[in-house]
Amino acid sequence: MKVLVPVKRVIDYNVKVRVKADQSGVELANVKMAMNPFDEIAVEQALRLREASTAEEVIAVSIGPAQNQETIRTALAMGADRGIHIEAPHDIEPLAVAKLLKAVVAQENPGIVLVGKQAIDDDCNQTGQMLAALLGWAQGTFASALEIAGDKAKVIREVDGGLEHIEINMPAIVTVDLRLNEPRYASLPNIMKAKKKPLDSLTAGDLGVDIAPRLTIVKVEEPTARAAGIKVGDVQELVSKLKNEAKVI
Amino acid sequence: MSILILCDHENGQLSPVTLNAISAASQIGGEMHLLVAGDQTGNVAKAAASIASIAKVLVADDKSLENGLAENLAPLMQSLSGGYSHMMAAATTTGKNVMPRLAALLDVMQISDIIKIDDANTFQRPIYAGNALSTVSSNEAIKVITVRGTAFEAAAAEGGNAAIETVAGASDAGLSAYVKSELSSSERPELTSASIVISGGRGMQDGANFAMLEKIADKLGAAVGASRAAVDAGFVPNDYQVGQTGKVVAPDLYVAVGISGAIQHLAGMKDSKVIVAINKDDEAPIFQVADYGLVADLFDAVPALEKELG
Repeated sequence: MKVLVPVKRVIDYNVKVRVKADQSGVELANVKMAMNPFDEIAVEQALRLREASTAEEVIAVSIGPAQNQETIRTALAMGADRGIHIEAPHDIEPLAVAKLLKAVVAQENPGIVLVGKQAIDDDCNQTGQMLAALLGWAQGTFASALEIAGDKAKVIREVDGGLEHIEINMPAIVTVDLRLNEPRYASLPNIMKAKKKPLDSLTAGDLGVDIAPRLTIVKVEEPTARAAGIKVGDVQELVSKLKNEAKVI
Repeated sequence: MSILILCDHENGQLSPVTLNAISAASQIGGEMHLLVAGDQTGNVAKAAASIASIAKVLVADDKSLENGLAENLAPLMQSLSGGYSHMMAAATTTGKNVMPRLAALLDVMQISDIIKIDDANTFQRPIYAGNALSTVSSNEAIKVITVRGTAFEAAAAEGGNAAIETVAGASDAGLSAYVKSELSSSERPELTSASIVISGGRGMQDGANFAMLEKIADKLGAAVGASRAAVDAGFVPNDYQVGQTGKVVAPDLYVAVGISGAIQHLAGMKDSKVIVAINKDDEAPIFQVADYGLVADLFDAVPALEKELG
């Protein structure tokens, strides 16, 4: 079985984003970029499936500008076998991403697609579900445990009320949540090895997919900052402020 | 223009967050219909019909819809989409699971987690964990939208008498099956709708120490939450998590105990009316958003707080 893992290049989670002065978006120039943390968890899970002999090959795919190849190299350094880069604008929408991934699935025939439940830049939480719809496959979203047995997968999902266990047919899309695993770090020798692993490059045109945006960004702005608060000296003062000043208890 | 809203329900009860989604939809204008999909949904349909602003309740009662599996629910919603300009749901784990699947079936781009409505085509939503707000407009024939409940007041739950109409077309896609749930049971209010929330972080050191927060929660009628660090460490279950990828809360009072205040946590609570932070590190970023900060060891301050509350 092949495992396909889409990986997104996003602003590193530690960076405080800045909104551009012309309100057209957030500043990406000279900002540290990294693999979407949820996608790292997806890569890790794919590697574990290969290590357990459930899967034979792990393919990392990234959609975006040329720099996305660095993100693919990160996945290769973690242990993925090969990469596919699809040239596209940085801000391509989830629906277009899902359509491109569908085309890749048609070429590669993976038994499972493991993908982060959301990207920490646009916070959309859509791509996996959309891909599942386009393929007519089952979806196991927000997974905190995954067990594959033959043509079924058992998924434990993190839901608002707690945990939900479902069983889905394979092939399937599984979108991964934080507690599925702890991703490994790439070792230096593996980073060197990753440079020699195969990485194909395609365009949306090669795959015959229309990626024109459906939404228009009117503006991007900073949220209103909270007014500065005060430090209180002790618990008595805190309770008195909450009762008499804020009137919330 | 008319709007179909997916009703969130659990254990035969209409989830209150549905009322927030309805109030968002009412700002768009047009007739509002509520879809109650499930098995044995009589009670929920009755509650749905008495919501003042709802013109019609569509009931899809079928075994295949019992557990809200997206593979069964999304095609049903697609079959009902004719005539609707907007299809909306609260951004709960149910809405987040099914709506993107619906959007792709309709070949439209979804707008996730909206917090403000400018007009019928233009919506504001947080990006980058709420560190930027993006206003987007859509020309899609059907706008598929999820709504952040805390950004909209609840619509009136009573006073209506909507017609209830049964809809057919549900079937089991045969792709997925529900097995079981492990739900946290609590007498305390639900986290996302509580008016007071007290959350613990890594500083709590141990799950057992959350008992200190629970005592205060019981005195204040509050819900108990946690940071990702506390959940990852196994102190409390996943459904306690407040943050960018957990739950978003906006209570009247949010008390953060032993939480440093990573931006991912702030994303889930910074719209609270009043924020209190108790942390022994006076440099902790949580103090930058706190209205009242107390620099103290939580193992002294929390028992003292409980005593002070009487």
